[in-house]
Formats: sequence, structure tokens, C-alpha cells
Amino acid sequence: MNAFSSASPSSPPLLEVRDLKLHFPVESGIVFRRRVGAVRAVDGVSFSMDRGETLGLVGESGCGKSTTARAVAQLLPPTAGDVLLEGASLPSMGRDELLRARRNIQLIFQDPYASLDPRMTAGNIIAEPLIIYRNRGIIELEKRDINRRVEELMERVGLSRHFRNRYPHEFSGGQRQRIGIARALALGPRLILADEPVSALDVSIQAQILNLLSDLQREMGIAFLFIAHDLAVIEYIASRVAVMYLGRIVELADSAALYSRPLHPYTQALLSAAPIPDPDLERSRRRIILSGDVPSPDLERHGCYFYDRCPKRMDICKTRIPELTEVAQRHQVACFLHHDPL
Amino acid sequence: MGTHRSSDEGPILDVRDLTTYFNTDEGIVKAVDGVSFSLYRGETIAIVGESGSGKSVTNLSIMRLIPSPPGRIMKGQVLFEGRDLLNLPPGQMRRIRGNRISMIFQDPMTSLNPFLRISVQLIETLRLHQGLNRHEARKKAARMLGEVGIPSPERRLDEFPHQFSGGMRQRVMIAMALSCNPDILIADEPTTALDVTIQAQILELIQELTKRIDTAVVMITHDLGVVAAMSDRVNVMYAGRIVETGGSEDIFYRSRHPYTSGLIRSVPRVDRSRSGPLYSIPGRPPNLIELPDLCPFHPRCEQAMEICRHRYPPAYSVGGSGSVRVNCWLYRETGAGAEK
Repeated sequence: MNAFSSASPSSPPLLEVRDLKLHFPVESGIVFRRRVGAVRAVDGVSFSMDRGETLGLVGESGCGKSTTARAVAQLLPPTAGDVLLEGASLPSMGRDELLRARRNIQLIFQDPYASLDPRMTAGNIIAEPLIIYRNRGIIELEKRDINRRVEELMERVGLSRHFRNRYPHEFSGGQRQRIGIARALALGPRLILADEPVSALDVSIQAQILNLLSDLQREMGIAFLFIAHDLAVIEYIASRVAVMYLGRIVELADSAALYSRPLHPYTQALLSAAPIPDPDLERSRRRIILSGDVPSPDLERHGCYFYDRCPKRMDICKTRIPELTEVAQRHQVACFLHHDPL
Repeated sequence: MGTHRSSDEGPILDVRDLTTYFNTDEGIVKAVDGVSFSLYRGETIAIVGESGSGKSVTNLSIMRLIPSPPGRIMKGQVLFEGRDLLNLPPGQMRRIRGNRISMIFQDPMTSLNPFLRISVQLIETLRLHQGLNRHEARKKAARMLGEVGIPSPERRLDEFPHQFSGGMRQRVMIAMALSCNPDILIADEPTTALDVTIQAQILELIQELTKRIDTAVVMITHDLGVVAAMSDRVNVMYAGRIVETGGSEDIFYRSRHPYTSGLIRSVPRVDRSRSGPLYSIPGRPPNLIELPDLCPFHPRCEQAMEICRHRYPPAYSVGGSGSVRVNCWLYRETGAGAEK
């Protein structure tokens, strides 16, 4: 299955996101609706992913991490910017072309209760993408091949094939998440966007699902864009990590570097606030407690997006927006403490 | 922190053999099945467990807030200052609830009335329990809001709950819960709905304020990191029972019960980089309907023995000080005096 890793170095990256923006308009007025503003959910995000790698996207609620994933999958049309899958621009594709491209991008969602159709059996949920792509003539499969493939997928994610005629409510949360994973694998994608796939699960079940995802990735060479608010989960699963704040990436680095030497004050605060199950360590460690809340994303900003809460802010941060800049080998940060304005 | 336990003073809250069942169409759910623990003045204890382990039902049973039917407190005692709260007339219980023992919950939006200004809700508590007049109560309410770190409290008193952010609402709840200087604060997943930087603020606030007014805290949570940061002693719940209890160090560094150690090992940690697969407990928690009297963890336990499939283990005292108790047959030989 590892056919993609042999790509030549000159070939484009698997995924490239360029200055992606997604603004939701805010309208007002009863008869004449007019635009009075915009919620800047994603406000200039750029990153790229290689084949088979796991990029973690971490941030607090409202930072735009889920919206980024939805814009990458073209579930929400981007306001500006581009999303390139193996060099081909997704926003400029027509319907049929997009359907073909989407075969390679699949999603796993947070809530396995809300994301599975309660009236479909587990087997049909997993088979649905295969049937849609077969009916459109994009893949060729016999009906019994579909059945066989569904059973293979179920066994692969740790579900007995005898459960194929059961309905979602008959499964536990962890099992439902396995159904969602099997469905995402059905078309053999190259990229899976996993949006908080373990945050609704209990600790003991969370560990099982994380191990499954990590095994699948190693065996099948699928790239994962793994979204989570839990830094420890991200550290476990991702080889590179992007930290988002208020619609922008503030730091992007290899996992080892980011966790041992975080550069952005927000990343530092986030890491120091994450509780660790170790009482001695908890007693001795010094927390950076940020003041205040995340500001509203509906204002246009002319300075650093983190300015209001930053414990190390300087005068320049108020008037200039720091861009993501490479300050060390494979370590990018958007902060004037580490680089000069462009 | 450290334990504030003094030998001459008994526990401020003593829960004994608390048992709460729910009647459902499928059968009887033994949500809480013989839970005992004690809380001493000024200390913080944790009740930790996964969803369905009975930690919240324990809290609601203590406060007599179990909806009945379908729920019913079958037996047990909740001794507060020598009186059994489970037998108190409703009027007396109301004088204790929110005054001597107060609570904060996971979602502050469901505990605040969306139609009433914050001032009305805070002042109500103060007038009811402390007999303050309207003017005094308003002054104290504003002071409390200031103490929980809400800027311009005088002005914000007249706002409605929706005008506050999630973290700010939880601060209002804390102000309300601590306004009567309670002896006990029960915090049921107080930071679960909050972001991690806000969680750090709220935990620090709870710690600081309860220390200042000498309030004992029962922290109910599923998050072992929060437990490690906050508590002196820890009770681990599984399938409606406390399976291990001990000091925070005992639980985190020398856990005895296979469930406790499995749980601690399953948590990914920000301070450790990845080395091989994450430990995971196989299987999933049992169905609590008509659960037979055997160790409910045995199907997931790597060290399960024959006896585990037949009888529920008693509490064995283990460790030097004897302060650790564990319900596990592994300690049948080494543990001292089973009490049950």
C-alpha cells in the first residue's frame, strides 16, 4: 500500500494550502439584507503536507481549526486563497472533477453519535462511499466485491464482521468511531482530515482509537491532518504540529521541537496550562496563566492577533502583523520576538 | 496543599455505603453501589472515573438532587456535622444546600437562569442564606464578582448570563457558590467545557479562594491531570463503586488497582514524547443493568483470577500508613484486614 512514498522529490506536496481565508458574512436588516461585517474564522492560513505524514492542528475553541479542515475538503468554499491537492487546485475544479479528487480526501468527525445516519446499518454506512463512486463510474466494483471490502474494512478497524447489520445505536462510542474510520478508509484516500476524533471518548477508549489510527497510518501510508484541542493527544499522533490562534497559524514545527522548545508565547502558555497526571510535577511547575478570553474574531486586526493576551507584547505588535517566518530548521513562528517585520 | 487532617477532628463529611439505583425499562441500573468516603476540613479530594462510573450520581445523591422516580437512594448515610443529610426534612436540607455545601457544575449556562440578571441571582442567594438586605447583598455580590476576577463588577452585575463568556460564567458560578463561605464545595467537572488556558485560570481561582475561606473541596472529574493538580486524596470509581482510595502520590506513583494503573498509563502526556504505542485498557466498561456481585473490571483485567469472576472483592488496606484501600483480590494475601 505504500505506493505513494516513492514519489520523486520534484513532485508537488500532497496538500498545499496557500493563504486560505474563510470569512462568514454577518448580515443585518429585514428587507434589505446588507453585509455589516464578517467573522474571520480562518484568516490567512498556509501550510503544506507530505505524503504519509501526520500534521497536528491544535488550538482552542473558535480558533478556526475545524473550519480550516472543512475548507480544505471544499465543504465550505474559501473566501480567498487556494487549496492544492497534488498540485491541482480544488476550489477551481468543476463538480465532476472535484468528486474524483475528493476520493483522496476523507473526513472523520468528533461526534460518532451525530455523524452516522441512525437509519443505516454499519455495513451500509461503510459501503456508501463505494456505492456512490461505483454508480458514478469512477471505480469498478462488483456487488460482492463491495461486501467483501466492507468486511475487510470492519475487521481492519477492530469490528467483528457479524456486526454489519447492526444500527449505530447498538454500538458504543468507541465502536461508532471505528465505523466512521472504516467508512473514511473505504475509498483508499491519501489524506484523512480527522476533526477531534477522540475528544468525545473516555480515556481508556481514546487510547485504543489513537493506537488504531497510528497503526493505519503506518501500514497504509495515509496522511492525516489531525485536529485536536488536547496537546498531549497531538504530541502522541503527529510528527509536525501547527498551533492556531484566532484564525491564523502562530507556530509550525516538528513535534519534538515544538514541545521541547516552544517559541510563540501562546504555544508556551498552552503547553504550560495542559494538566499532567503527575502530582509532584503539577506542584512544582510554573504555569503561564493568560489573562482574559479569546477576543471576538469579527474585527479586522492591524496588529498581532495575540496582542491582547500576550504576556510579552511590545509596541510593534500593536501596529504590525507578524507573518509565519522560518526562524530555525523546519520551525516557523509568527512573533516579533523571534524575527523582524518583513 | 498537603492534608489538613488533624487527629482530634472528625471528617466534616462522611459518606457511608451510599447506594443509588435507577429503575429503567431494561432493569435496575446500579449507578452508585455502596460508596464510602470522608472529607476533612480544608482538604481537596477528587472523585475520578470515566463516563457512567457513578461520580456525578454520587454528588447528586449527597445533595439529595436525584430525580425520583426513576432514581432512588436505596441505603447509606451522608453525615454532615453528625447529622444524616439523607434523613433531613426538606426545609433543613435547603438551608444547607447552597449555603453550607455548595456546588458548581460543568455547564454554567444550565445552572444560571438566562432570563435573570446576574445581580438578581447572586443577591437571591445572599438574602436567603445570610439574611442581608438588598443594599448589603448587592455590595457583597459586587465584591464577590471582583474577587473572582470579573472586571468592572458593578456594571457587569446588571448583565444577563449570555453576555458573559464560558470562562466568565464559570467565574460567576464560583462567586455564587462561595458567596456564603460554605464548608464544602462540590465541583462537578467544573472545567470540562472550557479551553485549556481558561481551565488553568479557573482551577487556580478555585484553589486560591477555597484556601482563603477554608472550604473543603470535592472535585469530580474524568481528567487525571486536573486531579493531579488539585487534590490531596483521590477516590477512583469504576462501575458505581470506589475501587481504590489513597493519597494523591499513592494513586499516581504506586497505584494498586489494575484499573487505576491502566487509566494512568492510557493518558498521553505533554511532557513525554512518544515511545511506542500508547497503553490501552482492552474492552469497555460494563453495562450497569443487573450487574452481578463480582469484580466488574475482570473482563478487562490482565491479572484477573478465578475468584474475580465470582465475588466482588472487599476493601483491603495496603501501604505503610494503611491509608490506601483497594478493592481487588490481588491484595487478599498482602493487604491488611479486609473491611466490608
